[in-house]
Amino acid sequence: MCHQTVGLTARHLEANGIPTVILGSARDILDEVAVPRFAFTDLPLGNPVGPADDPAQQRDILTSTLRFAEAAPLPQSSVVLPVVWSGTPDWRETYMSLDDPEALRAAGDARRASQQARKQ
Amino acid sequence: MTKAHRTFVSYIDKSREFYAAQGYDAPYRWATATTAPFTPLTKPLAECRIGVITTSSLTSDSTLEPYVAPSLPAPTAMATNHLSWHKDATHTNDLGSYLPLDHLNALASDGVIGSLAPRFAGIPTIYSQRRTNKWAEQIRTWFADDDVDLALLIPL
Repeated sequence: MCHQTVGLTARHLEANGIPTVILGSARDILDEVAVPRFAFTDLPLGNPVGPADDPAQQRDILTSTLRFAEAAPLPQSSVVLPVVWSGTPDWRETYMSLDDPEALRAAGDARRASQQARKQ
Repeated sequence: MTKAHRTFVSYIDKSREFYAAQGYDAPYRWATATTAPFTPLTKPLAECRIGVITTSSLTSDSTLEPYVAPSLPAPTAMATNHLSWHKDATHTNDLGSYLPLDHLNALASDGVIGSLAPRFAGIPTIYSQRRTNKWAEQIRTWFADDDVDLALLIPL
């Protein structure tokens, strides 16, 4: 939802005279929103500028993003930035995992009960 | 090398399947468009003032409103637990990984950018696209007041 939020914000700013660039890690959401300039880092959600505790890589990614923004000629320009991820290799599979359906169903039931209680 | 599925994650697919497994039958309707507005950058990067927009919050009890705060000194911590990011694979204790104000300040000192805007902005993450657009207008006003040349938006 963070990506949709900034996508809509970027569109509003551009439509009203302020150039934008988004640096993010959820490319499908930003492709759907259709944004002016987008630099993609294929990293777990949470660290789009670069892996935590890796300031050199963060600064390289940031510099590349800004240079891309300077050169982007057309709306919906995007670039895939090189990244080095040395954390857990299975992060794509473990995010929002469906491995435990009973626990997921129970979590949904608990959330609905909590929302219902707040309404009363 | 070959494979039978795409490499990058589709978060639209993942979240739809995840919430269906939780018992939510009606999937969220994501914003979609086929064209995007565009304002050309008219200055070299080395002359641009950069304004940052984050989806993180200043405090964990933040009310649902956009905000601005001084870019420098950069905050030492931000509230992120209320947001959906990969809490098993990484952490958000290092602001350089999602709110890189100090990095931008260094890039300004090195002449890569003109300057860092005096204030950065935060926008809450909500399902309502209408309210998001209203908040975007508030941020546009703040950035226009600060003469921002390029907005850098960094979602978690």
